[in-house]
Amino acid sequence: MTDFDPTGNNGTNWHPGLKESYIFDRNTIHEIRRAASQGIYDIRGFGAKRKLPHFDDLLFLGASMSRYPLEGYREKCSTDVVLGTRFAKKPIHLKIPITIAGMSFGALSGPAKEALGRGATMAGTSTTTGDGGMTEEERGHSEILVYQLLPSRYGMNPDDLRRADAIEVVVGQGAKPGGGGMLLGQKISDRVAEMRNLPKGIDQRSACRHPDWTGPDDLEIKIQELREITDWEKPIYIKIGASRPYYDTQLAVKSGADVIVLDGMQGGTAATQDVFIEHVGLPTLACIRQAVTALQEMGMHREVQLIVSGGIRNGADAAKALALGADAVSVGVAAMIALGDNDPAYADEYAKIGSAAGFYDDWHEGKDPTGISTQDPELAARFDPEQGGRRLNNYLKTMTLEVQTLARAAGKSNIHNLEPEDLVALTIESAAMAQVPLAGTDWIPGSTPGGF
Amino acid sequence: MTTATDIEVVDLAVTPLRELNQRLHDAKNGGPKSWKIVNPNGAHALAVGIDADLDVLIEGHTGYYTAGMNKHANVTIDGNAGVGVGENIMSGTIRITGNASQACAATGRGGLVVVEGDAAARCGISMKGVEIVVKGDIGHMSAFMAQSGTLVVCGDAGDALGDSIYETHIYVRGSVKGLGADCIEKELKDFHRAELGRLLEVAGADAKVDEFKRYGSARTLYNFNIDNAGAY
Ligand SMILES: Cc1cc2nc3c(=O)[nH]c(=O)nc-3n(C[C@H](O)[C@H](O)[C@H](O)COP(=O)(O)O)c2cc1C
Repeated sequence: MTDFDPTGNNGTNWHPGLKESYIFDRNTIHEIRRAASQGIYDIRGFGAKRKLPHFDDLLFLGASMSRYPLEGYREKCSTDVVLGTRFAKKPIHLKIPITIAGMSFGALSGPAKEALGRGATMAGTSTTTGDGGMTEEERGHSEILVYQLLPSRYGMNPDDLRRADAIEVVVGQGAKPGGGGMLLGQKISDRVAEMRNLPKGIDQRSACRHPDWTGPDDLEIKIQELREITDWEKPIYIKIGASRPYYDTQLAVKSGADVIVLDGMQGGTAATQDVFIEHVGLPTLACIRQAVTALQEMGMHREVQLIVSGGIRNGADAAKALALGADAVSVGVAAMIALGDNDPAYADEYAKIGSAAGFYDDWHEGKDPTGISTQDPELAARFDPEQGGRRLNNYLKTMTLEVQTLARAAGKSNIHNLEPEDLVALTIESAAMAQVPLAGTDWIPGSTPGGF
Repeated sequence: MTTATDIEVVDLAVTPLRELNQRLHDAKNGGPKSWKIVNPNGAHALAVGIDADLDVLIEGHTGYYTAGMNKHANVTIDGNAGVGVGENIMSGTIRITGNASQACAATGRGGLVVVEGDAAARCGISMKGVEIVVKGDIGHMSAFMAQSGTLVVCGDAGDALGDSIYETHIYVRGSVKGLGADCIEKELKDFHRAELGRLLEVAGADAKVDEFKRYGSARTLYNFNIDNAGAY
């Protein structure tokens, strides 16, 4: 979507009497005109841009008379996470509770994938492959690499399965639960085409269903196969897009998952129809408690770990997700921004392609001035993977420090001791979704039988 | 001590599946080359992830994903195989003397899969380079989104053959109930005759090249066009 007006005309010619329609606002009118001229839906990257109940609608209470805080920076507040304790012979140890989400080589350039590996490794966490297979850049630079098994199976092979540290079966993504991947022709370079075994320059629509299993009973057998191939060493994750998180979590546990990755509707994407991004799925805030309840009812909370993603931006978001019961969070869009995407230093170049720093989401077009979401060798060469890695490490460390700051304020010596009781909600909606009381009341909407 | 010429017999009624698969994986580093597995009894994930030049004979019917992701080995299933036999095969050969269930050789990237009987729906779905020869019939939605490689069917094909196909070559001797989106009949050129002839020979199929018709992609859906919206 390139509907930001770089001339700053957002109201310049406005005068009293020009009344903008609330429902037919300028974006809506722009989109109708665009559809009428182009005859195709809008495809874009990034996550949902509409306003949704989110972590900003929650607050931590902090310590008080009855809760004892920890001394900032002095008293220990541990942040490490172990993933895959249920079945895997080699569980994964992360130093911080923030992982890098799966982003495909194809969507991102080789150097960008390398930078994600470098930054994650410096920060002591994992990174993840994506639709398009495993590249040497990311395997070589990622100490802990999660290998995705997606419906398309592009590049899938047993050697990469064996050299992965964990395997993530992707059932869905928050940006498009029920949708498959897209990579448009302009990004299909020789290398991408070869890895995916497809002709160069064609629009690739990856499948939305796995080719060799349907439903949780089959998935259980598929997971058994993956475990047998890799001699039961690797943790197996199941990634689900948030739509029915209570049932999907239970079915994922039943299918034999070690770890569940739950991606809310704000979750980023490299290329999806705008109508899908904005109108399908549950907000991240609304799905955490449902998934945690499902795990608790099965006696599996903390035994099968829960990673939450979709619009995580800072330590506050991460801490709130942990307090609601997640074991870790995962970041996609924020990691790209940390690498340098949407950098105002490229303001002129963004303007040339009809966008602006801070608004750019046409990642599918392959023209990214920062060289991150492109396969154009000249653009990709602009991006320095070492510097990108350092920036990502800085960002992840800052987030972790923020999580610790909030946890210490709540008197917790381990970030996983944060709990719903530490939170209140600012709105009725967020109180209902997060199942914490509306601030200043003891009211949790939806929790009183027969009441609101 | 076993030598390379001995046949290692494993009875799955006694030996746990995990132990068998581990031994087949360890065979990469030496040990017996010929294996016979008895009493498979429909086991899932049997002989998956082999990465060595072994000959494996499975006497009986198998469950899901038999010989999945195979590399180098020649695996024979003397019986019927369940869903996803030879899924994502990389190299080597898998031969099924009976029938194969759905998604036979799904996403296979190399090697050869031969089905002496029939294969069910979605045979060769999303195939990426594997060669498949089915001596009997295949079910509906076979070669769906098939990317590359070759599918030979000596019998009939079910509905929606080759839907959204990319560059896979399909040869069918019998009838085709229906073609999927963007799949069309194509001319059998000399290159294709040679390819088909070679595959019929290695598979030991009693059929003549000229009895087959070739199907492949019309390539009209390769780049999005709004006037094709109904086909997407
Ligand atoms: C550029 C980009 C590419 C992505 N590619 C994949 C992918 O290949 N496979 C996948 O499961 N998810 C993919 N995702 C989704 C992320 O794994 C993750 O679910 C999402 O980014 C989390 O939300 P956040 O971006 O708000 O942090 C991608 C996201 C982005 C931004």
